[in-house]
Amino acid sequence: MKNPPFNYHRPATVGEALGLLAEHGDEAKILAGGQSLLPVMALRLGQPEHLIDIGAIDELKHITATDGGVAIAAMVRHAEAENSADVKAKAPLVAAALPHVGHRAIRNRGTVVGSVAHADAAAELPAVCLATNATMHIASIEGTREVAAADFFEGFFATALTPTELLTHVRFPASPATTGSTVVEVSRRHGDYAMCGLACSVDISDGTINSAALAFFGVAGTAVRVAEAEAALIGNPPSTEAFAAAADIVSESLDPSGDIHATANYRKHIAATLTRRGLAEAVSTLGVPA
Amino acid sequence: MSLPSISTSIGETMSVSVTINGSSHSLEIEPRRSLADVIREDVGLTGTHLGCEHGVCGACTILVDGEPSRACLMLGVHADGTEITTIEGLAEPDGTKHPIQEAMKQAMSFQCAFCSPGFLMSTVALLRDNPNPTEAEIREELSGNLCRCTGYTSIVEGVQTAVTLVANTGETA
Repeated sequence: MKNPPFNYHRPATVGEALGLLAEHGDEAKILAGGQSLLPVMALRLGQPEHLIDIGAIDELKHITATDGGVAIAAMVRHAEAENSADVKAKAPLVAAALPHVGHRAIRNRGTVVGSVAHADAAAELPAVCLATNATMHIASIEGTREVAAADFFEGFFATALTPTELLTHVRFPASPATTGSTVVEVSRRHGDYAMCGLACSVDISDGTINSAALAFFGVAGTAVRVAEAEAALIGNPPSTEAFAAAADIVSESLDPSGDIHATANYRKHIAATLTRRGLAEAVSTLGVPA
Repeated sequence: MSLPSISTSIGETMSVSVTINGSSHSLEIEPRRSLADVIREDVGLTGTHLGCEHGVCGACTILVDGEPSRACLMLGVHADGTEITTIEGLAEPDGTKHPIQEAMKQAMSFQCAFCSPGFLMSTVALLRDNPNPTEAEIREELSGNLCRCTGYTSIVEGVQTAVTLVANTGETA
C-alpha cells in the first residue's frame, strides 16, 4: 500500500531533530532506516503527521569503542554493525544477533537503534540489550538521560521514551573474555520473526558458572529474562544436567500466548530446547567442553 | 556526504538528485512516495516490480550505492545523492545480457518472472561479495526474495550456473 501523507523533516543535526520533536511531539515519529516504520505506515497501523528523518545527521552514524564497551549511534545500519570489528570484539552478542535480523536488503537499510526503539517483542536486539545490560542514551531539548535496558522495554511496542525524546545511542558493556554468548532461535524461514528465540551468555571461571543471562524473545509482550533459571545455573559447572535443569525452570516460568505460527505449549517447548542448545553453544564459544 | 536540513508540508515536493544506471536525474518528489514508485512512474523504469509493497516479497530489490535494498521500504527522497542500479542497468546497451541473466535464463530460473528482477539484483550483490557460495549460502542470501512458481530449485541452479559464467567472463556488477 501507499504511504499516508505526512509532513517531512530532514534535520541535519541532533539539535534540530530535538527541536522538531519538542514542537511536534505526539504527532511525530522518528524515521531512521524505515524498515519497520514504513511497513507500519503502509499497513496504516500508524499514521504520523510528521516524519523526522534522522538519516542526514552525520553525528549519529558512528560506532564508538571504549575500554568499557561499544556505543552504537542511531543511524548505524545493521550491516555496518554486523561488519564492525569493534562490535565483534566488545559486543559479541550483538554480532551474533545481527545475521538473524531480517534479510540482507533489510539489514542494509535498517538500524540497530531503530530496532531497539521499535521494541518488537519478537525481535532479537531488544533481548540482546536485556541480556547485556545495555544502557539507553536518550536526548530531548531538556537534556540527556540514561536508562538501563531493564527499565526501557515497558510492553508491546512500548518503551520509556517520551514523544519528545530521541534514542541517540545504545551502549553495550564490553563482554569479558570469560563470557561466552550466542543467539539461537526457531523461525519458519531464515529472516522471519522467530516463534521463540534466546539471547544468552554465560560467564565461567575455574570451571564454574559465575553468572548467566537468558533473554527470550517472541514469548511475551517484551523480551524477558528468566532470573530463576539464571540463578539456578550459578555455582554449577557447565554441564548438560545444569542446562537441562535451567531449561525446566524456563519452561515453567514462561507464559507465552499461542497464535497462527505456534501454540503456547509449542513455544514453551522450543524455549526449553533453546535453553539447552543456547547454553551449550555459548560455552563452546569459550572453547570449554560442556 | 552531508545533506542540508529541509522541511516540507503535506503535498509539497522536494528536489532530489539521483544517478540511476549511470544517468543523472533531477526529480521533484512528494516525500510520501516510495522509491519504487518514483523509479517506475517518474523515471519510467518499470523493471523494478512491486509485489507486497511492505518489505516482505523482495521483488523490488535494487542496488543503492551498490547494496541491495528494498525500493518499497525507501522513500523516493532517500535516494537524494545516491547511485542506484536497477534491473535495466544489468545488460549491456547493445542488449547483451549480464552473465547472471544469461545463467539464470539457461537454468530456467524464470517462470512467470514477476520476482526475477529482485532475485537478479540480490544475486548480483551475492556473487560480488561471495564469488563461490555454497548452496546453503545461496539459499540464505536469497531467503528475502519470494518466488511462487519455481520452488526455488531452478533459481539456486541458476545462481550456481552464474558462478561458473561470472568466473569465466570475470565480469561483476
